[in-house]
Amino acid sequence: MSDHDKIYSTKLQDKTERSTLLMFVLTAIAVAIGGIVEIVPLFYLPNTAMCQNDPTCNNTQHKDLNGNVIPMDKIIWNPATSAHKTLDDWQPGDGVRPYKALELAGRNVYIREGCFLCHSQMIRPFRDEKDRYGHYSIAEESMYDHTYQWGSKRTGPDLARLAGKYSDEWHRRHLMYPRDVVPESVMPNYFWLNDKKVDIPETVETMKVLTIMPFNPVPKTIYTDEYIAGAASELEGKTDLEALIAYLQSLGNHVKFEEGVNYRD
Amino acid sequence: MEANQATPVKYDMEVVRWFTIAAAIYACVGTLIGVYVASELAWPFLNFDMEWITFGRLRPLHTNAVIFAFGGCALMATGFYIVQRTGATKLWSNGLAWATFVGWNLIIVSAVITLPLGWTSGKEYAELEWPIDIAIAIVWLMYGFNYIMTIGIRKTSHIYVSNWFTMGMIVMITYLHVVNSMAIPVSMTNSFSIYSGVQDAMIQWWWGHNAVGFYLTGGFLAIMYYFVPKQAGRPVFSYRLSVLHFWALTFGYVWLGAHHLQYTALPDWTGSLGAAVSLAMIIPSWGGAMNGMMTLSGAWDRLRDDYILRFLVVALAFYAMSTFEGPVMSIKTVNALSHYTDWTVGHVHSGALGWMAMVAYGAMYHMIKKLWGVEKMYSEGLVNVHFWLATIGTVVYVVAMWVSGIMQGLMWRDYDEYGTLTYTFVESVSAMHPYYAMRAIGGLIFNIGTWIALYNIVMTVRTASAARGASAVPANA
Repeated sequence: MSDHDKIYSTKLQDKTERSTLLMFVLTAIAVAIGGIVEIVPLFYLPNTAMCQNDPTCNNTQHKDLNGNVIPMDKIIWNPATSAHKTLDDWQPGDGVRPYKALELAGRNVYIREGCFLCHSQMIRPFRDEKDRYGHYSIAEESMYDHTYQWGSKRTGPDLARLAGKYSDEWHRRHLMYPRDVVPESVMPNYFWLNDKKVDIPETVETMKVLTIMPFNPVPKTIYTDEYIAGAASELEGKTDLEALIAYLQSLGNHVKFEEGVNYRD
Repeated sequence: MEANQATPVKYDMEVVRWFTIAAAIYACVGTLIGVYVASELAWPFLNFDMEWITFGRLRPLHTNAVIFAFGGCALMATGFYIVQRTGATKLWSNGLAWATFVGWNLIIVSAVITLPLGWTSGKEYAELEWPIDIAIAIVWLMYGFNYIMTIGIRKTSHIYVSNWFTMGMIVMITYLHVVNSMAIPVSMTNSFSIYSGVQDAMIQWWWGHNAVGFYLTGGFLAIMYYFVPKQAGRPVFSYRLSVLHFWALTFGYVWLGAHHLQYTALPDWTGSLGAAVSLAMIIPSWGGAMNGMMTLSGAWDRLRDDYILRFLVVALAFYAMSTFEGPVMSIKTVNALSHYTDWTVGHVHSGALGWMAMVAYGAMYHMIKKLWGVEKMYSEGLVNVHFWLATIGTVVYVVAMWVSGIMQGLMWRDYDEYGTLTYTFVESVSAMHPYYAMRAIGGLIFNIGTWIALYNIVMTVRTASAARGASAVPANA
C-alpha cells in the first residue's frame, strides 16, 4: 500500500511492517500468551486432578460439611490404603480407578465409533442435570482418561454416571438395535459389534502405554505386571459389544459423593 | 501493487490454479458428506448398518473435509496468490509449493481412508491418527516456511495486512497442532493423548477454538483484506482499524477456548477468563467487519450487478453476526442453556457456511478470472444462482439449529408443577426431528450451490483453455 508511509499508526508498527523477522517474532509471542496463562496453571494448581504420584494432587482439598478435609484416598482409589487391594477387588465408592482390561477394550471401541460426538461425559452442577444424570462430575473422575471423553454435544444423553442404571441385557439389546428399546432413538444400530472380537494385543499395549504417560500415568501398583500379563486370557473370546458394555457399566460410580459437599472448590 | 495481470509469467500461479480447483471440488464433497450425516440424524436408517458410514465415523470425515480439504486448499490458493501479488514477487520456492499441494492432498486422501475405518485419536477436529499428524506438521511447515520466505523476498517496502493474518495463522496452527496432537502410539492406527481429563480438555479446546480463530477466521480475514478491496476497486477503508483488528485478534483470540468448558470440571476461573476475553473480542471483530463493509462505501451500487461482491459482503455480514453470537454464547448464563445443544452447531455453521465459504467463493471467482485471464465467468448468472443458494441454504440451516438448540436447552431444564423433570431425554430427541430434517434441507441447498459453482468454474477454465489453445491447464483436476 503506497500511502503507508504517511499514515502509519506508530513507529513500532511501521518498523514491524517493514521487517518479516520482527513481524514473525512479535506474532509468535502474541499468540503464545493466552494459551500459556490458561493451560500451564492447570498442571500445578489444586482441583485440576494433576496427581502424578503425589497423593495430595497439588494440595487439592475437598472439605466435608463440618469443614474437615476429605482424605484424597476417599476420592482417588489407593490400593495401599484401601481395604480392596486389586482392580478385581475394587468396589464402587472406593474411589477413582483406572479401567479394567475389558473396560479399556470397550473404551477403545467407544472412541473408535465416535460415541463422544453425540454423548457427553461431563455433568454440570445444575438441578436438572442432577435429577437427570446424577452428581456433577469432578476433575478426579477423568484423571485416567487419556484422550478425555467429556464431549461437546448431547444428541443423546450424558453417560458420565451410566454405571448400573440399566442391566447388561438392556445395553446389549439397545446397542444392537436401539429402536427396539427406544423407538424415538436416532442412534445407529451396532449389532455388528457382536461379531467382532476384542483386539487383545492393542488392549494390552494400551495398558502398557497408560503406565508410561508423562502426566497422570496409571500407577504400576495398579496395572501390575501380573495384571497386564493376565489381561490377554481375560479378554480371550470377548466381543467388542461385551467390552463396550463393561466400559459403560464402569462409568461414574467410582466416588461416593456426600450430599451438600462442594467438590469443585 | 500489481500493474499487469495479463502477464502471469511473472508469478508462480500454476500451483494456485490447482489449489483453487481442488478447493472447488472439496467444497462439493465436504458439504455433501455433511448433508448425509445430517440426514442420518433425521432418518437413522441411512446408516444402512454399515460400520464405515455410521454417523460416528462419517462426521469427522465431514468436518475434516470442509475444514482441511476445502478450507485448507482455499487458504493455500489465496495465500500463495496474495503473497506473490502484494509482494510483487514469485514464490520463494515453486517446488516447495508443489510439494505442499501434493502432500496436503495425500493427507486428505489418507483422511478419507482412515476415518471411515475408525482410526481416530478421539479429539474433535484433530481426529487423524499420529502418522498423519506427523505428515500434517511437515506439510504445514513446508507451506509456512515457503510463505514467510516469500514475504521475506518481497519487492514492496511494507508487508500487506493480509500477510500479517496469514503469518499469525501459520505460527498459531503450528503451536496448536504440535501441542494438541502429543500422543503415545499403541499401534500404527491408534494412540492416546499424553494429557488426561482437565488438562486434555483445556488443550483440546485451546486447539478447537483457535483452529476456528486463526485458521477459519484469521486465514479468511487475509482473504477478506485482499479480495474485498480488489473486487470493490477501492482501498481498505481504514488502515488503523486493520492494525487494531490484527493485533487484538492475534493476542486475544487465543484466550477464548476455555469458554467451551463452562460449568465443567475445569476450574471456574479459566472458563470465566475465556468468556471475558470473548466479550472483549466483539470490538476488534466488529471493527474488522466494518472495515471490510466500509471499503465499499461509494461503491454500494455495484452490488446490483457484481455477484462476486455480493458473496464478499454477505460473508462480512455473517462474520459480524457470528462474532457477536459467539461471545454471547460464551457468557455463563447463556452457555448453561446453549452448551451441548444444536445451537453450537448452528453457530459453527453460520461461521463456516456464511462467513468462510462465502468469502472463499468470492475470492475463488475473482481469482479464476485473473488466473485464466478471462473477463467473465462462463455464466455470471450461475454465480448469482450460487450466491442465492448459498445464502438461503445457510439461513435455513442456521435457523433450524437456533430453534432446535434453544428448544433442547429449554426442554432439558423444564420442571412440571410437581417439581419433577417435564421431559425425558428421548422426548427432546423426537422433538428435534423436524429441525434435523430442515437442517439437512438447508445443507442440501447449500451443497447444490457448490456443484453449480464447480460446473461454472470448470466451464470457465475449459472455455479459457480452448480460447488460448493451451493444453496444460487443469480442467478436471
